[in-house]
Amino acid sequence: MKVLDRKLFRVLWTIKGQVIAIAMVIASGIATLVMSLSTIEALEETSAAYYERYRFADVFAQVKRAPEKLTAQIRDIPGVQTIQTRITRYTTVDVTGFSEPVIGLLSSVPEDRQPNLNQLVLRKGSWLSSQATDEVIINEPFAEAHGLAIDDVISLILNGRKKPFRIKAIALSPEHIYSLGPGMLLPDDQRFAVMWMGRKAMASAFDLESAFNDLTLTVEHQASINPILDQLDVLLAPFGGISAIERKDQISNWFVMNEIAQQKTMATILPSIFLAVSVFLTHMILSRLIATERTEIGLLKAFGYSQLQVSWHYLKMVVVICLLGITLGSLLGLMLGRYNTQMYADLFRFPLLVYQPGMQSFLLGGLISVAGALAGAMGAVSKVVQLPPAVAMSPPAPPNYQHGLFSKSWVTQWLDQPTRIAFRQIGRWPLRSFLTSTGMAFSMGLIVMTLQWNDSLGLLAQVNFFEAQKQDLMVGLAEPKKLRALHDLEHLPGVMRAEPVRYISADLRSEHRSHRGSITAMAADNQLQSIYDDAARQSVPVPDEGLILAERLAEKLQVSKGDLVRIDVLEGRRPSLLIPVVDTVETYLGMAAYANLTAMNRLLMDGELFQFANLKTDSLQAADLFYALKNTPMVSSVMVKQAALDAFNETLVEHLMVFITMFIVLAGMVAFGVTYNSTRIALSERGRELATLRVLGFTHGETSYVLLGEVTLLILLGLLLGSLVGWGLVWSMAAAFDTELFRVPLVISEATIAWSMIIVLLAAMLSFTLISGRVRRLDLIKVLKTRE
Amino acid sequence: MTTVKKQSTKTVLSARKLTKVYHTGAIDVWALRGVDFDLYANEMVVLLGASGSGKSTLLNILGGLDVPTEGKVIYADHDISHANDKALTRFRRDHVGFVFQFYNLIPSLTALENVALVTEITPDALDPAKALDLVGLTERMNHFPAQLSGGEQQRIAIARAIAKQPDILLCDEPTGALDMQTGIMVLQAIENINQELGTTTAVITHNAVVGQMADRIIYLSDGQIAGIDVNQQRLPASQLEW
Repeated sequence: MKVLDRKLFRVLWTIKGQVIAIAMVIASGIATLVMSLSTIEALEETSAAYYERYRFADVFAQVKRAPEKLTAQIRDIPGVQTIQTRITRYTTVDVTGFSEPVIGLLSSVPEDRQPNLNQLVLRKGSWLSSQATDEVIINEPFAEAHGLAIDDVISLILNGRKKPFRIKAIALSPEHIYSLGPGMLLPDDQRFAVMWMGRKAMASAFDLESAFNDLTLTVEHQASINPILDQLDVLLAPFGGISAIERKDQISNWFVMNEIAQQKTMATILPSIFLAVSVFLTHMILSRLIATERTEIGLLKAFGYSQLQVSWHYLKMVVVICLLGITLGSLLGLMLGRYNTQMYADLFRFPLLVYQPGMQSFLLGGLISVAGALAGAMGAVSKVVQLPPAVAMSPPAPPNYQHGLFSKSWVTQWLDQPTRIAFRQIGRWPLRSFLTSTGMAFSMGLIVMTLQWNDSLGLLAQVNFFEAQKQDLMVGLAEPKKLRALHDLEHLPGVMRAEPVRYISADLRSEHRSHRGSITAMAADNQLQSIYDDAARQSVPVPDEGLILAERLAEKLQVSKGDLVRIDVLEGRRPSLLIPVVDTVETYLGMAAYANLTAMNRLLMDGELFQFANLKTDSLQAADLFYALKNTPMVSSVMVKQAALDAFNETLVEHLMVFITMFIVLAGMVAFGVTYNSTRIALSERGRELATLRVLGFTHGETSYVLLGEVTLLILLGLLLGSLVGWGLVWSMAAAFDTELFRVPLVISEATIAWSMIIVLLAAMLSFTLISGRVRRLDLIKVLKTRE
Repeated sequence: MTTVKKQSTKTVLSARKLTKVYHTGAIDVWALRGVDFDLYANEMVVLLGASGSGKSTLLNILGGLDVPTEGKVIYADHDISHANDKALTRFRRDHVGFVFQFYNLIPSLTALENVALVTEITPDALDPAKALDLVGLTERMNHFPAQLSGGEQQRIAIARAIAKQPDILLCDEPTGALDMQTGIMVLQAIENINQELGTTTAVITHNAVVGQMADRIIYLSDGQIAGIDVNQQRLPASQLEW
């Protein structure tokens, strides 16, 4: 090893504290990038592997009832590969010891073997017996939520008749990674079950012998999917088919893909911010560090080392620090990525997990960091390297302080000398001071952004669960019923009010733009569920005629008040309607379109129908009501608002807490890195000054105050800036996360700001503690004797 | 002009059997080898010695910047040689004024503020302006160090050292970085303080000429006191030449 290299490592060892602090800042950037990219990769590969191994279908369609022999025609559609017909139905499940109603989605499977498509992952137990008609396979999340085991018995209401079934197996399915019951916003494993039963048993229970009501198929590799969907729709329409959808619109897959897409947004935004901050900090820190090496650089040049050799020597130092940061960051990123993926795998219950991060995330992150740090160091190195050796070896001229605007004012008179030193120091190096503050501001901004997720989700929950919806229960009927059936619901025990709602599946179109969704038709005197403007936080009356669109839907269709929207209804007679937009409202969740129930029923010409009812209930009679609902054949689903809120809190908020913790740790690392380095460099720059103070009789505390006072002022400024930076980051995140599923409300609570400040201050205090130990160990005599 | 002063016999500070060994790696460096030394009230002592003779080490120990390996330093009946850091800080703060070769002013504070830096933390301090007046720098009091010459900076350092009205003024090569003319101005300032305020003063130098302005000259060599000269007549600093 060359002497110069040996010097390099010794220098690095001497300033190891700073090296680690810089490496931590770099590491935080790399870690976010590696974590996000590797999570995305893992989620994509895992879901792809899962789908392939268990033969997840490409196309899904539903009909009312179609004869089995129709499959021959479907098979003739060019590009169709494998077809699986089946019977699916929502049903009420009765689990002993659980009073609330549970909705189950029942799908038929062959009695003697796995289906061709959407095969099950058997976790426990064995396949159905070919002759038995009282066996059922249930999904694992539901089994776990209720502690159900093989051979336990649950009751199902099939076509109005309650019947006991024995659990034969517990399984997972690629079709129900994200299992969402009807009307549910989030998975609720206690109240929603996915179940499989022999085809014959189901056919006889639902009167669908030699017929099917659900069809899935795969297409050949090269085949284009749209013509297949179109031909399928034509074939299925006479049998009450709601138009076929491809895999990307399948609900479970859509959620999984949406989650991956969110990770992607996160992978572009968060690491960019972290990396930008870390590059910026590395730049700041290294340029100051190299400036303190001025004398040595002069000496090396005096010995005859070329500018290039000297520059390379210092750039190597930067590279070593970067490599350390990259290694640390990669390891941390891998750990967090693995953890994050595992968390998703648990949430989605992937039966397999592919976590094999590719090299590109490391290379990308490494390249950005090294380039950024080198660019930063280059400026400082070239400045020092260009000085003639004699000049470089003599200490820089004493900083030329001058009387500024405030130096003689009453403000200054009121300050003691140590405080004046701090102020002047800032005034003398305004840019450097500003950069330090900015560094703190960014680390605080990152924390604000992270903590704010909780605020916006809290608001989202508040608005959605309490303000917009005042019902306690939402009841779904197996099929649309005449409005008079509402009275039956009104007379159930504890029901104080029942309001009808109808969701009409439709394609909403304007020119070439379209959106597949549904129209929420509500009675004009609805009180429990209103058309709610989430931003204005007030209800909008149900219009007599026309549509009220969620703003995002209006934006998607590019329509505004007064424009006509074409509604291609996907059920019943499948009419095509032209309806004017009468208003738009801001909504955080979903892309709703609202209309008047009476008006819609008139347009659909299929009678005064409703399919859902919102109920206001007396909680004291809840048990009776649940019992009655379980035994009401026309009711196919019950959504309990409190349960939905609990699910929201559990799933989203818990999941989020993990992220919040991760990012707070990373942002805390940045805050620590900035304070430690700013203070540590200030200490080496001003060691002599501080030692003088000690000799003059200043105590450790008083001396530290001179050093830390300055940084503290900058931190305080940074905290103010941090609130602004935080707001900016929150804004950009909200913009990036604005998806069809939800819009993040832009709110930052005082508590978030306060906590962010406290976390930054804690990180600063930690570095202060370390630095003030160094002030304590200042060698008074040595510092005073040597002329720096 | 020559000054004759009655030698005081009141001891301000006394050192006994001072030994200081620096352990640097494998070898031990004996900076002091059993030095006995007294500093009398109001006197001016010059410590003369070549580089490495131990004079700075002695001054550092007397001023509470360093502790001896063996021996005692007694100040006002207290042994400060084994005092803890807090007590040493207190000692420096209340009783000792330091002047260094390289001034060590705080660059971000004006002349007046550099002095006030010390007066703010000591009771019974002089008014900073008065201290600057004593070194003849009243007119420059609002200048920053970078705007002052080396001699001016050193005089501010002296003003800063004496503004707290210390019992002892310790000067380590105060003229080391200055030319003769400026050096003499600085020595005049020190002489002035010693005579006007009666501050006990010890000056380290390797310049034998400076010894002529002292009451006593203590020669140090190889960590030991090689000899003590008592000047019957002190030469005013203005008449020194080198």
